Amino acid sequence: MYQFEYHRPKTVEEVTALLARCESPKILAGGMTLLATMKQRLAAPSDLIDLQDIPGISGISADAKNVTIGAMTRHADVASSKEVARAIPALAYLAGRIGDPLVRHRGTIGGSIANNDPAADYPAACLGLGASIVTNSREIPADDYFRGMFETALKDKEIILRIVFPIPQNAAYQKFPNPASRYAMVGAFVSRSAAGVRVAVTGAGPGVFRMTAMETALAKTFTPAALDGITAPIGEMLQDMHASGEYRASLIGVMAKRAVASLTG
Amino acid sequence: MTVVAMQVNGKQVSADVEPRTLLVHYIRENLRLTGTHVGCDTSQCGACVVHVDGLAVKSCTVLAVQAAGSKVRTIEGLADGDSLHPVQAAFKEHHGLQCGFCTPGMIMTAVDMLRRIPKPDEATIRQELEGNFCRCTGYHNIVKAIKAASEVL
Repeated sequence: MYQFEYHRPKTVEEVTALLARCESPKILAGGMTLLATMKQRLAAPSDLIDLQDIPGISGISADAKNVTIGAMTRHADVASSKEVARAIPALAYLAGRIGDPLVRHRGTIGGSIANNDPAADYPAACLGLGASIVTNSREIPADDYFRGMFETALKDKEIILRIVFPIPQNAAYQKFPNPASRYAMVGAFVSRSAAGVRVAVTGAGPGVFRMTAMETALAKTFTPAALDGITAPIGEMLQDMHASGEYRASLIGVMAKRAVASLTG
Repeated sequence: MTVVAMQVNGKQVSADVEPRTLLVHYIRENLRLTGTHVGCDTSQCGACVVHVDGLAVKSCTVLAVQAAGSKVRTIEGLADGDSLHPVQAAFKEHHGLQCGFCTPGMIMTAVDMLRRIPKPDEATIRQELEGNFCRCTGYHNIVKAIKAASEVL
């Protein structure tokens, strides 16, 4: 790991001042991806700005319409939250399957969606539930936030404060984890609400995306069979040592059907 | 260099280290507590597991400066004098180790597991050990030891 300066500011204003002043700063949340990347010398920030002392950006609250999760909330806290389990059990289920218990004690939801790894789980929940990402300057709908591999709508001095998830009628997440890393080879998040059906897919393409053909089919008939024959373009799938494009495209159907089946009992 | 102070195994400690110093190196090289191991160094194997403010974490993927001001517990802080922690005693009794390299991490993860899930079944224990590798493939007795410890804790 290359040298860097470490900062632990106490307010969001101090964070933005540091972001303006430092040469090539990075924000440090749980560090579960960033520190690993720095150890491999794939990232060499001049400054790390640790958010752990900023008040008010971690924790979970719920009302009749939304579940709100602070950016610095750890995966383990989302997985074990009674409020999340009651309002959006699929979200607690998803959080409890990220990495391993030790990683879930450090990794944060804000860090996950700021990084936007194409195989991360939380982007599927954000897009699959139509969440809003609230930053220090605006509120970004998930549909506009995720911009492909490791790309987001975040600007340079923008910091995620919290994520607001509208509570659906019901929702389910199914993933086929890479057996070594537990990252999603393919994960499908399906939700039903007054606004309609959403199907968000992670792990399969260069970034999380919605399967609109599946959404249309499920809006008509909400059964696993309604998804028969609906496939994603193989040429747009990720291909790597873990799986071919064909395999990932096929897994989308399998995971989406499992998610729908779990909701239709 | 920066002075990093924290509480380790109940004692206040401090050392002058670079910000890039990993918690595991702070523990091993500055404090000379070498029970915590470096296995893969890529947050996969779990040989480096310690507790930070009561939660089991992989200390190869935490900076020492991030843990400044925290309470850290390592494998050396588990036993009460000469009497082993019940999880340590169960690993000994059930031979939950072969070469022993993964053992400190396994035990720290197991203690954290039993705090959260006091009476886990075998499947739960195996799932909770996802982040700890034993390359001697001695999982069977590790699981047996954790189950036995859950019955006396």
